Amino acid sequence: MQALYAQLLVGLINGSFYALLSLGLAVIFGMLNIINFAHGALYMMGAFVAYFLLNLGGINYWWALLLAPIIVGIFGMILERTMLQWLTGLDHLYGLLLTFGIALIVQGVFQNYFGSSGLPYAIPDQLKGGMNLGFMFLPVYRGWVVIFSLVVCLATWFLIEKTRLGAYLRAATENPTLVRAFGINVPRMITLTYGLGVGLAALAGVLSAPINQVRPLMGADLIIVVFAVVVIGGMGSIMGSIITGFALGVIEGLTKYFYPEASNTVVFVLMVLVLLVKPTGLTGRAA
Amino acid sequence: MPETAMTEAPVKAASGGNILQVRNLEAWYGESHILHGINFDVNAGEVVTLLGRNGAGKTTTLKSIMGIIGKRAGSIKFNNQEIIRATSDKIARMGIAFCPEERGIFSSLDVRENLLLPPVVRAGGLPLEQIFDLFPNLKERLNSQGTKLSGGEQQMLAIARILRTGASFLMLDEPTEGLAPVIIQQIGHTIARLKKEGFTILLVEQNFRFASTVADRYYVVEHGKIIDGFANAELAANMDKLHTYLGV
Repeated sequence: MQALYAQLLVGLINGSFYALLSLGLAVIFGMLNIINFAHGALYMMGAFVAYFLLNLGGINYWWALLLAPIIVGIFGMILERTMLQWLTGLDHLYGLLLTFGIALIVQGVFQNYFGSSGLPYAIPDQLKGGMNLGFMFLPVYRGWVVIFSLVVCLATWFLIEKTRLGAYLRAATENPTLVRAFGINVPRMITLTYGLGVGLAALAGVLSAPINQVRPLMGADLIIVVFAVVVIGGMGSIMGSIITGFALGVIEGLTKYFYPEASNTVVFVLMVLVLLVKPTGLTGRAA
Repeated sequence: MPETAMTEAPVKAASGGNILQVRNLEAWYGESHILHGINFDVNAGEVVTLLGRNGAGKTTTLKSIMGIIGKRAGSIKFNNQEIIRATSDKIARMGIAFCPEERGIFSSLDVRENLLLPPVVRAGGLPLEQIFDLFPNLKERLNSQGTKLSGGEQQMLAIARILRTGASFLMLDEPTEGLAPVIIQQIGHTIARLKKEGFTILLVEQNFRFASTVADRYYVVEHGKIIDGFANAELAANMDKLHTYLGV
C-alpha cells in the first residue's frame, strides 16, 4: 500500500509539471495560435536560471521562483517580438517548425556548455525533510510543489476567466482585429501573453530543479508527454489543461503501480482514445 | 447614372463643425483595389448615411476609417488630425467607435463582459443606467453568453458597448440587417436619441427607407467611389436616381 501512495505522489508531482506546462501551452495557443515547441527548452531555461542565480549570484530558491519566470519570460517576449509575430495568419506548421528550431538551438547551446548530465540544485532548507502521514511518508518539498502548482494554475485560470484583463485575452483570441478597434493594444497583449506562458514554463523549471536536477534535455524529455496532455485536454482550454495535467499525472502514477510496463505509454494510449472519440479533446471546442 | 466620381464633398450640413474629412481614400484587400478615391465630410452632430449596393465599398470605407484594412492611401482627418497611418487602437482612443456588420459579439464572454469590454477612451460615455434605459433587454440578459442572444439583442449589445466608451463618433455598419421590423424601429429610435445626445453617426445602410428616418445626409457609393450626395430634405426629389443607384 505504501508503494501505491508513493506512486500516487509521484503522479501528482508529474501532474503538477504537466499542468503548469500545458497551461502555458494552452494560453499561448489560444492567443497566438502557435504550437510552442520551444516550451520544453524554456522550462529547462527556468531551471538553469535558478541554478545560475544560486551559484553565480547567491540568490536563493525563493527569489528564483520570482526572478527566473521574469527573466525567461522577457527572453520569450523578445522571441515573440523578433520572430513569432511574423507568423500571424500563417499555417500552424510554420510556428511549429520555428519553435522546434528554437528549442533545438537553445538545448544545443546549453548542452554544448553543460553536457548532458544533471547539475545539482539543493532543496531549500525550509522545505527539507518530510512528514509521516500515518499511511505514507510525505517529503515536504514534493507536497509544496503540488500545492504551489495548484495555486498558480488556479490563479492563472482566475486571471483569464474572471478578470477584465482575461476578458480582453479571451475576446482577442476570437477576434483580435475588433478588440484592437476598441482601443486595446493587441500586439502588446500578445507579447505579454507569450511572456506569461513562457514564465509558467520557467516556474515549472524552478520547481523541478531540486527534484530532477538541472539538465539541458530535461524539457525535451517532458514536452512530448505535455503535448499529449494538451491534446487530451483540448487545445486552448485553460481549465481542461489544468485538470487533464493533474489527472494524467495520477493515471501515470497508478499505471506504474499496477502495470509498470505500460507507464510510459498510457498517456499516449489515452490520447489516441480521446482523439478517436472526441477529436477536439475533452474540454476543447471545435475550431 | 453619373460617369465620374465626385472629387469634392458634395453636401455641407448647416450645423456643426467638420469632424471627419475623407479625401481621395483608396483601399486594398490584398491585391484587390476596392476604394478608388472616396471623398466626403461628416459634420459634428449629424447622422450621415452611406448608401449603395452590395460590394460597392461602404463597409470598406468604414473599415478604412477605423484602420482595420490591409492597405489604405489618401487622407482621413478626424477633428483635423490625420489618421490615415494610425493603428486602429489609436484611432479608437481618439474617439471613433465601430459597430461591425457581423456585430462581433464574443462567444467566450457573457453579456456583461461583452458590454464592459471596450475600454473607456475618454469622458462623456453613457453610464450603464442610461444604456439599460435604451436597451432594457440587455439588463435582463447580463449573465447569458453573448452569442445566445437573439439577433436583435446582439445588435443592441453591439451598439450599447460602444456607447460607454466616450467615443463621440459612431460608425454603424448595417445595424438593421436581418432584423424584424419592430427591432428595426427600436434601432431607429435609438439612433435618433443618440443624435439628440450629441453623437455624430456615420451609418452604412442598404435599407434607405430605414435610413430616411434617421439620416441628415446621404452619400451614394458605387464601385469604390462616391457618385452622389444629397440632404434628407432632397430625398423625395432624388428618389428616381436612388432607385437606379440601388437597383430597387
